[in-house]
Amino acid sequence: MAREFLRIGCGAGMADDRIPPAVELVERAELDVLVFECLAERTIARETRDRLKNPALGYTPGLRDRMAAVLPGCLSRGIRIVTNMGAANPRAAAALVHGLAVEMGLSAPRIAIVTGDDVTETVRTMADAPTLEDGRPLGDFLPFMASANAYLGATAIRDALAGGADIVITGRVADPSLFLGPAMWRFGWSETDWDKLALGTIAGHLLECSGQLTGGCFADPGVKDVPDLAGLGYPFADIWPDGRLELGKCPETGGRLDRATCTEQLLYEIHDPAAYVTPDCVLDVTDVDFVQLGPDRVRVIGTRGHPRTESLKVVVGYEDGYIGIGEMGYAGINAVARARLGAEVVLERLRRRGFSYPEMKVDLIGVTSLHGDIPGRPEPYEVRLRVAGRNADRAAAAAIGAEVRSLHMQGPTGGGGGYSLGVTEVLAVRSLLVERSMIRSHVEFV
Amino acid sequence: MRVYDLAHARAGDKGNTSNISVIAYDANGWDVLRRELTAARVAAAFAHIAAGPVRRYEVPRLQALNFVIENALGGGVTRSLAQDPHGKALSALMLTIVLDGNPGAGAGHGMGTGNAASASA
Repeated sequence: MAREFLRIGCGAGMADDRIPPAVELVERAELDVLVFECLAERTIARETRDRLKNPALGYTPGLRDRMAAVLPGCLSRGIRIVTNMGAANPRAAAALVHGLAVEMGLSAPRIAIVTGDDVTETVRTMADAPTLEDGRPLGDFLPFMASANAYLGATAIRDALAGGADIVITGRVADPSLFLGPAMWRFGWSETDWDKLALGTIAGHLLECSGQLTGGCFADPGVKDVPDLAGLGYPFADIWPDGRLELGKCPETGGRLDRATCTEQLLYEIHDPAAYVTPDCVLDVTDVDFVQLGPDRVRVIGTRGHPRTESLKVVVGYEDGYIGIGEMGYAGINAVARARLGAEVVLERLRRRGFSYPEMKVDLIGVTSLHGDIPGRPEPYEVRLRVAGRNADRAAAAAIGAEVRSLHMQGPTGGGGGYSLGVTEVLAVRSLLVERSMIRSHVEFV
Repeated sequence: MRVYDLAHARAGDKGNTSNISVIAYDANGWDVLRRELTAARVAAAFAHIAAGPVRRYEVPRLQALNFVIENALGGGVTRSLAQDPHGKALSALMLTIVLDGNPGAGAGHGMGTGNAASASA
């Protein structure tokens, strides 16, 4: 590591992110650290359920394929990997990666896991705590709880790397902390140096959605063009010890990295730009600017940090019934009217069978499904009816898709391509704040 | 003129709340948006799908507005019945909003293939 700066790349921003761009980063971008960010709001609840059925599971399902693709390149180049693909079972994830290294004939990596995010037992004692969504007490949801995980910060990741880990596998941590941790390790930044922590945090916030910084979720043909979108390359951040921060993307790839793409990603999932709260600090981006240094190279200036808050956010996953869905297509003359008739028929048949649903949604895909129903929209040539409903009872939810599918024979003329999307078990989430003193992160070499 | 003619936008989600950034292509567009694209305007445009409230934050150095729209996502990503539970497509709804404003300012603006230091005309 002779370079003055630390280069951190983002190889994944979601559980089913594409794998080839991560391989490109490993082969061409001269990284020091590769981050895979693969957890979303409800995924730990789903993974926890898997672990309860089978104690060898509970990590992100794509773990094996993703690690197999980059392990040889990372180990041979000394690129460290930091990932939250441990999800509900970092220990099992680490065992899988060890096994993979043996299978692929690679030298054994040093793997550290970070735990302590699972706070199920702690929150069981907090029935009176208000949930952040609307103040309802946590006790309303405890009987249905499937998981409870705190968003841990960067320090455990820092410690794992300081202990010599080649690979750090965590459960739930705040996404930007996955990127800040390596910077704190490399430069020895203090836990109270708020402006430095803000720098690592903004780097993480910009990188954590992978291609969304480099031209993904951006192209509008003729208005906002993205060169070679199919070959979209993923980003990295170069961080200097004094806090200089520059962004780049993998060489010889498609996409674009400039003020426009950076501004869209900067404000993504942020509410008050003066106060973005993470476990490590409070980030203030009101004075941030992006300076284009050259093609696909941007410097980030104006970042400020404020002291971290007294508590950590905890997300509780809980079982909340089922959703049933069905779809049917209609095209040609009078297509929308036929779709609307199909919807009326489905709802009436369910009612006559004795089912009632606390919530039902009828969409006309092609007219109302994405932006709601406003009168005056032009009628399309073809339209797809979609009926979705919620019920505490699985059979009642399943009846919806079945009724929609039966419109083929029992519904309006010319219905085609209909199917039932079956039933989804709902794992909803509620959040609350828990005092830091009640939560302890833990680093273990396995 | 539409917001689409003056700015680009992106939608994000957190629980049952959608946040949509609106980023002006140039200084003229920023003036119009700052004056005309109020929280009330946005609340009205989204009223049929979002109960609100709507808060508006300004990020002048980046010529951007950030709208935080509560009760917009059918109870949140994890429970929503919507086709698009994340509401990622809602950025496009924001861009359809029609504004009063100087018709000559920034009309038909785009930004080609990028890598300009700024997107001004």
